[in-house]
Amino acid sequence: MTSRAYAYYPGCSLHSTAKEYDVSARLVCEGLGIELYELDGWTCCGASSIHSASRLLSTALPARELQLAGRPGLPLAVACAMCYSRLKLAAHELSDGATKELVEEIVGGDLSGTVEVVHLLKVLDGEREAMPLKRSLSSLRVACYYGCLLVRPCGVLDFDDEENPQTMDRLIEALGARSIEWDFKTECCGASMPLSRPDIVLRLSYRILSQAKQLGADCIAVACPMCHSNLDTYQGKIRAKYKGNIELPVLYFTQLVGLALGFSPRQLLLNRHFTDPLPMLKARGLV
Amino acid sequence: MAIDSPITPLPSSEFRLFVERRSGQHILRCYQCGKCTAGCPAAYTMDIGPRRIMRAIQLGMKDEVLESSTIWLCLFCQTCYARCPREIDIPRVMESLRLLAATSGKRAAEKDIRLFHRIFLSLVQRWGRVHELTLGALYNLLSGHPLANATLLPRMLTRGKLSLLPPRVKWASEVKKVFDKVKAVEERAPL
Repeated sequence: MTSRAYAYYPGCSLHSTAKEYDVSARLVCEGLGIELYELDGWTCCGASSIHSASRLLSTALPARELQLAGRPGLPLAVACAMCYSRLKLAAHELSDGATKELVEEIVGGDLSGTVEVVHLLKVLDGEREAMPLKRSLSSLRVACYYGCLLVRPCGVLDFDDEENPQTMDRLIEALGARSIEWDFKTECCGASMPLSRPDIVLRLSYRILSQAKQLGADCIAVACPMCHSNLDTYQGKIRAKYKGNIELPVLYFTQLVGLALGFSPRQLLLNRHFTDPLPMLKARGLV
Repeated sequence: MAIDSPITPLPSSEFRLFVERRSGQHILRCYQCGKCTAGCPAAYTMDIGPRRIMRAIQLGMKDEVLESSTIWLCLFCQTCYARCPREIDIPRVMESLRLLAATSGKRAAEKDIRLFHRIFLSLVQRWGRVHELTLGALYNLLSGHPLANATLLPRMLTRGKLSLLPPRVKWASEVKKVFDKVKAVEERAPL
């Protein structure tokens, strides 16, 4: 049997713009009897910017978190896809002896204990056959959106197929919902560009929303706070720019699992999104 | 035409060798198939697409490469790397070029993108975590787009998506030490 207790790294966004991801993740894990121990005094892994500054720093900063996680000796569950990628890449870099030695000198201390870094989606995927479901989501059509950093580079992350991953689809279908076949599962939403080049984010996110909408999805499910922000928070701006009817709720996959486990929309902070999912959920008889 | 003349080899370029050392990628492996540019979500707005960047490095065209918008517009989505038949980690090449552009004092073709990353990291260095409100405010102030995203602010605040105060992290000083030590190591032995 796999481990049921994890060290937990929320990352900066889950304490601010993506609070609903953090809250729903904790609720769902509690509901399933999975213990999450938030790393005491965790700091930023540097995700979106660090590789623009220094190769060494982009390994040393996340190495601190790996070191923190190594102390309780539990696998490290990460919710944010960007943090997941950064931590996995750092762990990979540290498998090189010379790099490890240098980084040990920088962070002060031993880094030889290997920490297994897992994404929360994988954790819940392992539970999908034994979930105590209270509500079937059978009326729901979901476009599962993985984005980039959960799946690429596959050689290091080893999460799922790079072009057509299935992990989230499997989980969503285990909740009774239907996951749609579509082309934009792993297309980029514009990542960390909403401030510096908003036009790129609006264009790329428009394409994603528009196909999901055309294929009749009721909502998009995501596993990354950056993807969520681009597709939901900026959706009003996208609609204003591109006109077409692309209004579509964007939910964290943990919120859908939470609904199926019987938690209320309010508990799952479903009222926090910019595009309100409640009218759609009501129309589908889910709330 | 006579075919006995040997094919002219590519000039051995300092620049290409430097990029190869920094990125750990064999630039000469690229045979210009163009899958990188075909799949690149930002290629439509780049001045020199990823395939042409690879060719330009092969030819030692340092200034053209380091002054291109491409090295800043790369989203690090890794699509090109996933599809490259020669298995070249192009995002890593882009990352090396970005670092080289910064140290060689080149004017960034996309200065707002560089500014965003600098502010992001300065906040992490100071507080140990990112504080979105300060990040947005500083970016607007320093980029000269004072009202960028201002319309989103009230709704973000009422939805509890932004905290007003910067994070208080007990090990923030440790993070600062990591930044300082990395800087010291890099000055001692420039990579």
